[in-house]
Amino acid sequence: MKYYDKLIFELSRPGRKGYELPANEYGKDAMADMPAAVMRGEKAELPEVSELDVVRHYTNLSMKNFGVDTGFYPLGSCTMKYNPKINEEVAAMPAFTRIHPLQDPATAQGALELYYNLQKALANIAGLYEFTLNPYAGAHGELTGLMVMRQYHLANGDTKRTKVIVPNSAHGTNPASAMVAGLQVVEVKSKPNGSIDVEDLKPLLDDTVAGIMMTNPNTLGMFETEIMEIAALVHEAGGLLYYDGANLNPLLGKVRPGDMGFDIMHINLHKTFSTPHGGGGPGSGPVGVVEHLAKFLPNPRVKKNADGSFSIVADEESLGSISSFLGNFGVMMKAYAYILTLGKENLKNVGPLATLNANYIKESLKDDYLLPIGGVCKHEFVFDGLKDKSTGVTTLNVAKRLLDYGFHAPTIYFPLLFHESMMIEPTETESLETLDEFIEVMHKVAAEARETPDDVKNAPLTTIVRKLDETTAAKNPILTYRQLKAEA
Amino acid sequence: MPHTEADIRVMLDKIGVEKIDDLYADVPQEVIFRQDYDIPSAMSEIELRRHFEALGAKNRELTVFAGGGVYDHYSPSTVAHLLGRSEFYTAYTPYQPEISQGTLTYIFEYQSIISELTGMEATNASMYDGATATAEAMFMMVASARKKNRVLLSGTLHDHVIRVVETYAKFHGVEVTVVPEKDGVSDFEAVCAEMEKGDVAGVIVPTPNKYGIVEDFTGWADAIHAAKGYLAINADPSALAVLRTPAEWGADVACGDGQTLGMPMSFGGPYLGFISCGKGMLRKMPGRVVGATKDADGKRAFVLTLQAREQHIRREKATSNICSNQSLMALYATIYVALMGKEGMVELNRLACDGAHYLYNRLVESGKFEAAFPGKPFLKEFVVKTSMDVKALNERLLKEGIMGGLDLGNGMIEFAVTEKRTKEEIDQLITLMLA
Amino acid sequence: MSKILDDLRYADSHEWVKLEGDIATVGITDYAQHALGNIVYVDMPEVGDEVVAGEEFGAVESVKAASDLISPVSGEVVEINEALGDSPELVNEDAFCNWIMKVKVSDPAEIEGLLDAAAYAKICEE
Repeated sequence: MKYYDKLIFELSRPGRKGYELPANEYGKDAMADMPAAVMRGEKAELPEVSELDVVRHYTNLSMKNFGVDTGFYPLGSCTMKYNPKINEEVAAMPAFTRIHPLQDPATAQGALELYYNLQKALANIAGLYEFTLNPYAGAHGELTGLMVMRQYHLANGDTKRTKVIVPNSAHGTNPASAMVAGLQVVEVKSKPNGSIDVEDLKPLLDDTVAGIMMTNPNTLGMFETEIMEIAALVHEAGGLLYYDGANLNPLLGKVRPGDMGFDIMHINLHKTFSTPHGGGGPGSGPVGVVEHLAKFLPNPRVKKNADGSFSIVADEESLGSISSFLGNFGVMMKAYAYILTLGKENLKNVGPLATLNANYIKESLKDDYLLPIGGVCKHEFVFDGLKDKSTGVTTLNVAKRLLDYGFHAPTIYFPLLFHESMMIEPTETESLETLDEFIEVMHKVAAEARETPDDVKNAPLTTIVRKLDETTAAKNPILTYRQLKAEA
Repeated sequence: MPHTEADIRVMLDKIGVEKIDDLYADVPQEVIFRQDYDIPSAMSEIELRRHFEALGAKNRELTVFAGGGVYDHYSPSTVAHLLGRSEFYTAYTPYQPEISQGTLTYIFEYQSIISELTGMEATNASMYDGATATAEAMFMMVASARKKNRVLLSGTLHDHVIRVVETYAKFHGVEVTVVPEKDGVSDFEAVCAEMEKGDVAGVIVPTPNKYGIVEDFTGWADAIHAAKGYLAINADPSALAVLRTPAEWGADVACGDGQTLGMPMSFGGPYLGFISCGKGMLRKMPGRVVGATKDADGKRAFVLTLQAREQHIRREKATSNICSNQSLMALYATIYVALMGKEGMVELNRLACDGAHYLYNRLVESGKFEAAFPGKPFLKEFVVKTSMDVKALNERLLKEGIMGGLDLGNGMIEFAVTEKRTKEEIDQLITLMLA
Repeated sequence: MSKILDDLRYADSHEWVKLEGDIATVGITDYAQHALGNIVYVDMPEVGDEVVAGEEFGAVESVKAASDLISPVSGEVVEINEALGDSPELVNEDAFCNWIMKVKVSDPAEIEGLLDAAAYAKICEE
């Protein structure tokens, strides 16, 4: 493929058009009568291009991207599964995309029924009572869930519960969500296998604790076997348990968070329920709760009436609103289609097969890569870099070399428990052949690290662009075409 | 799931266990879920499509004459086609820039476009929606104005924006005061009086406002800056192609919802939120940012930048926890604006504005409606008052497949007209309403 | 091996202080700049700001990490190093020449509570 690096602005020619609008039949230029003081001085410098310019430009850009449809993503903690095409089709149906969020609910019953049925399905899958589908992303779900936690304590008049316990192995988003929700973070130590140290937890549980945020399996892909004891301790101390649904995938068909004692959780529909990542979004981060917390969920909510119809309601005891309307409805449609396609017969196989795939890669590569925690993992696991530390080849080098071989890199340098973390999650949608190809390439890179280490250290060598100068980008940020032109 | 029985056997042998259940041997028995999920049986594509068609049939596609923050704008066919390229929509966040130049390039273009519309130097890679972007603008102002913890919201911001900002503020511990409107616009004198108390970090006002009025903020920025506060403007980005920009008003932050850039209404989402600021506040801006740089061979390329800042704000003093963007919707906005272009963005605003004024004049001329806010300029949305029963009126329209104006209570009704509404449709609406 | 100057005082959060009369000059240590890597931005206080010993007064940002600056002394900021605005990399070039702020200290005795070169060297070794 030819090298292409144009910006849409660089294709612009004065007077060129890529649109057609109907003729103006109103006979009067009302805009000309607007007071000059409220109108902009000069027109925005937007592109002037033809439709074909636009089509070629963005088609060429798309070819500079890697996606799930291009190749395998062994990306730990991101659950990059295949995105079925039928889901895209049904989500694009005009009967749903042309609905105004404020139109009479009587004329949006299909949309409301879908919202209600999806939240009910998620509640059953999670072992909880009710979900809000309003949060827009995983981090937004975390924030909403923590707001539920605080609202519960505030409703009890328990204003001094302002601390939330977070394992030191947790994802960085957990403490940030807590801070935004107005909670102070208290760290609990992890044991070498990433599990929470129950002895370290006990003294932290006093009457200032709002709850604990955890995920299970933990960040290292290991199941927290003491979860029932942890749940009992936290509940006894008057706190709530929050489940970070980032690692829900291996539990499908096997374990429900609600059955482990969790009171609140979020689900990333763009991970576990196969909605596409879209290059960073839009996602959806529904939040589920046990029955006694349902009244605190954000407004608006969708209620099923006695006659089978659906209404949009606002609850007085709710924590408030966290979204303009009912969330990323277009994303929910895809997740609902995924659940219906798999159905009760197949959804239960998702967790076991994801776990099988992860363990297969782990066992196949542990001779070349350092496995700090042995034993059976769940959907993902962590290597601490190459086993042979004498080559000077780092996890970053290996990750970049994988790009040369047509694979996405694993998640690297997370978790922070190891210096050379390389976190691998294959998901259940990858076949044995794909896993074997990946394993072969990983072995090959390990061999290169021993024999021709410079090839690995200088990687990537064959991608469209190579290693980027991030220092200059951060020191002198050029964030728009206008600034880029001024620099030139 | 592609696994054959034989594949599973090969894999179990490699792992050294007998059956898949053995991989869950460490899970306490009492938490193992042994029932079936209470969800329907698997559907084939044929059944699934039929199911969605049946659900869709319970919705009604209406001819929309309402806004309230979401507008039925036209979108060229090309946008959806290009968005359907799976290299875009199945990609992960562009953390590996060498194989993500497609995503990084369009985000850079998106930032450039929004910066052109707002007139501001820096724009991030996008937020969830306009309301949450406005909450983030509030946090930016509080973080920038040291030791001040109160933010003023104009009562003319959309209600759903105020609700979300209030929720974020309540939990994070920021004090919010909603300054009531005066004659349909933000109350400058009341804001100045609040500023004098010395504890105000910033003020948030809209353009156009919740009544569709394009407010005049002459003198606002100077007064607010003199009191050591910041000004944020929540704007409709489509309207900014013709309206005075947040930068021209002297604002420090611009924010708003990208839905008006041709996005389908989709029952409330996905859209995107945007946030722009001057370079001075750049390091207080939440979310992702893409910058231009060069690769090892000197080729121009794009990369996520200022990431240390993003990680920093994730820690103990975090004022934002956002770690994604509405990337695909940013692509939507980018392609849409590229197609409409410099002239088309103006032309569509003129069509909408002329159509809205046509409807407004006909309603007022009928004698059955009067201006709710006489003399106040508006673009595509306006409020009229009537003594007729608004609820009954809207029910009558609904029977004809029309979503009438929003019922604001007290006989106030708010109409929106976009470039998508034809004169014929407007005439039909008028006929039905005056019948 | 990082450079440590004998005539300065140090905080365990890796700032250095030099007291001349009642004016304290504050910067980050060579060890700190080394750990951060390429510095791309220094967030400095404003002249006239009050800083408090043990509390944050700004931040330094490198490509990969951002770190709070903790003031080793209390008092009023009387000068900031404007040169760092355009050229934050000066801190990488020489962390001791390229100070960050000068503070008119309210309690010169605070300096006595800080580490001397030998004690700070020990911290860096750990």
